[in-house]
Amino acid sequence: MTQKKLSNRNSQTLTKKPNRMALQIEDSVLVRDYISGDEKSLEVLINRHNQRISSFIYSKVLDRDVTEDIFQDTFIKVIKTLKKGRYSEEGKFLPWVMRIAHNLIIDHFRKNKRIPKFEGNDDFNIFSVIGDDKLNAEKQIIKNQIDSDLRQLVEELPNDQKEVLLMRIYKDMSFKEISENTGVSINTALGRMRYALINLRKIIDKHNIVLTN
Amino acid sequence: MEKIYPGHQKKCKLTETKSETIQFLLGFSKSLHVIAYKNLKFENVLN
Repeated sequence: MTQKKLSNRNSQTLTKKPNRMALQIEDSVLVRDYISGDEKSLEVLINRHNQRISSFIYSKVLDRDVTEDIFQDTFIKVIKTLKKGRYSEEGKFLPWVMRIAHNLIIDHFRKNKRIPKFEGNDDFNIFSVIGDDKLNAEKQIIKNQIDSDLRQLVEELPNDQKEVLLMRIYKDMSFKEISENTGVSINTALGRMRYALINLRKIIDKHNIVLTN
Repeated sequence: MEKIYPGHQKKCKLTETKSETIQFLLGFSKSLHVIAYKNLKFENVLN
């Protein structure tokens, strides 16, 4: 009884094996066909090993998009090597592809180590600490208007006061430099500056001009 | 080797690459031609 069962099982495996071999063309044959120009073989190869290679990459990088990238780069290398005829057939197509994927995974981690990437999370977001300190469009327009208004107001001042004010505020000169340039004493320059500011305030008050951002 | 891999390796799950990626690879394979000249080999992507 037991012997019969055993012989039955043996005959089953014997009959099954050739069928499976017929369905599954070996990798080495597909690779050879591909090298000789049969593009369809590559599709069979990729589809056959897709899951194993993708899962292998995913198990290391744990990111779907990176997995896609590395999978793609792996097969680009495979295609180039096969087309250049540099592949030596030893019946180890899958281990070879896995090795390429493995090396690319290492490259990926090395690259990330060299260029550290910081991603904010819910607890801490980097943009709450650093921000763009430039004015937004509206504030920039208001600032431009104030600047041009102020320039017109300065034009209203008497020439000597205007000269000192422009040198001090716009050219950022010290009162010593101003006195040397205009040929008046420091005290006179200081006085002119004082009157320039007083006069500006008077004009602003008189016309009810608002100069704030 | 395992030093540069992240620690949580148990999160393995079966994944498959998108069909777009496979289509791209097949397209790339069709467009790539290698021209051999003396000892040099030139890659040529015809697109």
